[in-house]
Amino acid sequence: MKQYGQIDKVTLADLRPDQQGEIVKIETEDGVFKRRMQSLGVVSGAAVTLDRSAPLGDPRIYSLMGYSLGLRNAEARQIHIRICIK
Amino acid sequence: MKSPVTVALVGNPNAGSTSLFNALTGAQSAVANYPRVTTSLTAREVTHRGVTLRIVDVPGFFSTSSQSPEEKVGCDYIHGEEPDIIVNVLDAGHLDRSLFLTTQLIETGLPRITVLNMMDEVRRAGIRIDTALLASALGSPVVETCALKKEGIDALLDAVAAMASTTPAAAPLRLHYDSHLEGAIERVQQHLSKLHPQELSPVRSRWLAIKMLEGDDEVLRHESNHVELVEEIKGEQTALAHEHDEDTAGLLASARFAFANGLLREARQQEGDPTAGFKLTRILDDFFLNRTLGLPLLLGILWVMFETTFSLGAIPTDWIKAGVEVSTELVDKTLPEGMFHDLVVNGVMAGVGGTIVFLPNIVILFFFMAILSGTGYLARASFLMDRVMHHFGLHGTTLIPMVAGFGCNVPAVMATRVITNKRARLIAMLIAPFMNCSARLPVFILFAGAFFTDIAGTVVFAMYMLSLVAAMLSAVLLNRIIPGSGGDAFVMELPPYRLPTLHSVLHHMWDSAQGFVAKVTGVILVGSIVIWFLQEFPRDITYSQDFETVIAEQTALPDSPEKETALKTLKSAQAQEKLEKSYLGRSAIAVAPLFEPLGFSWRDSAAIMTGFVAKEVVVATYAVIYAQEKGSEELTETLKNAMPPATAIAFMIFTLLYAPCLSTIAIIGKEAQSWRWAGFSVAYSLTFAWLLALAASRIGGTFL
Ligand SMILES: Nc1nc2c(ncn2[C@@H]2O[C@H](COP(=O)(O)OP(=O)(O)OP(=O)(O)O)[C@@H](O)[C@H]2O)c(=O)[nH]1
Ligand SMILES: [Mg+2]
Repeated sequence: MKQYGQIDKVTLADLRPDQQGEIVKIETEDGVFKRRMQSLGVVSGAAVTLDRSAPLGDPRIYSLMGYSLGLRNAEARQIHIRICIK
Repeated sequence: MKSPVTVALVGNPNAGSTSLFNALTGAQSAVANYPRVTTSLTAREVTHRGVTLRIVDVPGFFSTSSQSPEEKVGCDYIHGEEPDIIVNVLDAGHLDRSLFLTTQLIETGLPRITVLNMMDEVRRAGIRIDTALLASALGSPVVETCALKKEGIDALLDAVAAMASTTPAAAPLRLHYDSHLEGAIERVQQHLSKLHPQELSPVRSRWLAIKMLEGDDEVLRHESNHVELVEEIKGEQTALAHEHDEDTAGLLASARFAFANGLLREARQQEGDPTAGFKLTRILDDFFLNRTLGLPLLLGILWVMFETTFSLGAIPTDWIKAGVEVSTELVDKTLPEGMFHDLVVNGVMAGVGGTIVFLPNIVILFFFMAILSGTGYLARASFLMDRVMHHFGLHGTTLIPMVAGFGCNVPAVMATRVITNKRARLIAMLIAPFMNCSARLPVFILFAGAFFTDIAGTVVFAMYMLSLVAAMLSAVLLNRIIPGSGGDAFVMELPPYRLPTLHSVLHHMWDSAQGFVAKVTGVILVGSIVIWFLQEFPRDITYSQDFETVIAEQTALPDSPEKETALKTLKSAQAQEKLEKSYLGRSAIAVAPLFEPLGFSWRDSAAIMTGFVAKEVVVATYAVIYAQEKGSEELTETLKNAMPPATAIAFMIFTLLYAPCLSTIAIIGKEAQSWRWAGFSVAYSLTFAWLLALAASRIGGTFL
């Protein structure tokens, strides 16, 4: 189902090293994954930055809540963010 | 007062629960610097100030309403067992994240003590924490510890003992949410009280209400016969989602993190440079996780590890060898000729002595494993490898059980519990036996040393790489034949680099040494004796020719070089025929046709068969067979003359891959909860080993 404006949505996978992001919401059908992310601090309003990427650009390490979290891009694409320039 | 008082150590993975458990109880449970090392409950009793405490190390988890299977053990424990006191272990360097669990524990209403562990790191980073403020805000005593240096342990025990002898506060702390959430909680709570009148305390019913709104499957299932309640909860959730554009669990999580954030703003102070904290980790990661250097470095580290295991190990190995030789000679001379002499010298001494020489290699290997897992590099390695492993349908975190498998496959199979998805876990379990465990190391060191003396270290390294490749290829295959889909998210918290303590590294090495010596004096000793008897009996063999007479005739001839050679050939032919007609020879010859395409002799088949019990026995078998047949000749020399290099490669490959040992088969059966999969593992690995060894002997035959 295509929603209007979905194309414009920015996700965690789009975050660049020089940017700071703010979590908007997790968009997924997978409840277990969502709950897991929430308990790790991926909640709306949380600030997040991109620390580094693995050799092939996937997975990547993000920094949030003062710790490092490794995530694959496939998962990062389910996390919608707002980008604030650092 | 209850006795013993149950005290549960509860915290996020890698917060240091097990280190604390060891410091409190004197246990030696496994500690490593990556999350989810502990996968099951461990308990020990200690007495402090006259109070008997039953301390339980609970596997770490992030949320009490998590549905991830790897966090289930911990969650279920909190829900089901209700410990008398919860010791909430927090990594004080990561309070923003770890206070989330604390807010949930507050709601259980159980008596709590908050432990700020890793205080050494926090102080080094110039962070000051106001513990008095934390204590009043969290409604629990707060104790600062450094489990690593055993600091604050007495203070913690004092706090636990004091809490055990007082009755808990009547109205424990309560977290407040916004008015919409509070309204929903209250309504559900009222509904619950109506359903279970008098049964539920206000704390308990509030806790249940929150859990149900959070969508905790476990609690909901428990109440599933109350259709109205479930309907009401769904209604509340929809209303809340409508109001806030966020699901209820998300709302509650946000509120919890907001509480933590507000509290830390008051209670935590940064002095000096805020980036100083994990600066070293950042510098090291710039290097180890470098986009171009990262993977080559990983390979390089592994190569150094196996090369050193081989070359450095050779030095003490020579000393042990010399010791074995001297004592064998001594026993050889003192014992009177006869069967007992042969049993001891050619059975026990050859088998046990031939295996014990590998002790240094094993200890060195475990030294490296302790460094890899203790520093936090292993977590990085799984991050680096995730993409590659993903191609093979595996998960980056699978690397952790796989590397653990280099030590022993049994803990490797158990370590697959870090994998969330059930099917992915099964696949990881089935490929774990391909990992080149330290029991196989003696075989490779022996063969590589005999056939590829100059590049032995690299050949050993190659065998390890091959074990990884075999595991990956099998994963592809298993992904096709096991039904279902294995979509598992790679979610991994990377801990800062830490220096493993000398004590923990030494303990690791000591443990492995003890384990190996126990094996040598146990299964190897018994195995050597059994093998000796099997190759010695039956004694009434009818030979193809009358050796006795022919030898007597030869001996009667006048002395000449020709006579010497003829005698030698005759004697060796007799020994060989005797061995071939022994029980060992006969059974090995029976299965030998299976291995003939691979170029293996019946002796090799015999070694393979005995290796089913435990792979170290392979070396012991060769040692016993050749000791009886060839006397004191160096095992390496004998082997070298016994087969061409291509066959040696094929044999190494077969040994690497064929059926897991008995203990591994047993643990697969147990962990997969199905003997079918254990049986599958045996059949599959045999087939795989056979095919690959065949390919190796064919290809090797044309080149070598
Ligand atoms: N600097 C420092 N390191 C610590 C301290 N306590 C534990 N560690 C280290 O933290 C890492 C994790 O410790 P564990 O005791 O295995 O943690 P755990 O909570 O049992 O973790 P899992 O069982 O893996 O979930 C290890 O590398 C420990 O050496 C401490 O007080 N200070
Ligand atoms: Mg642990």
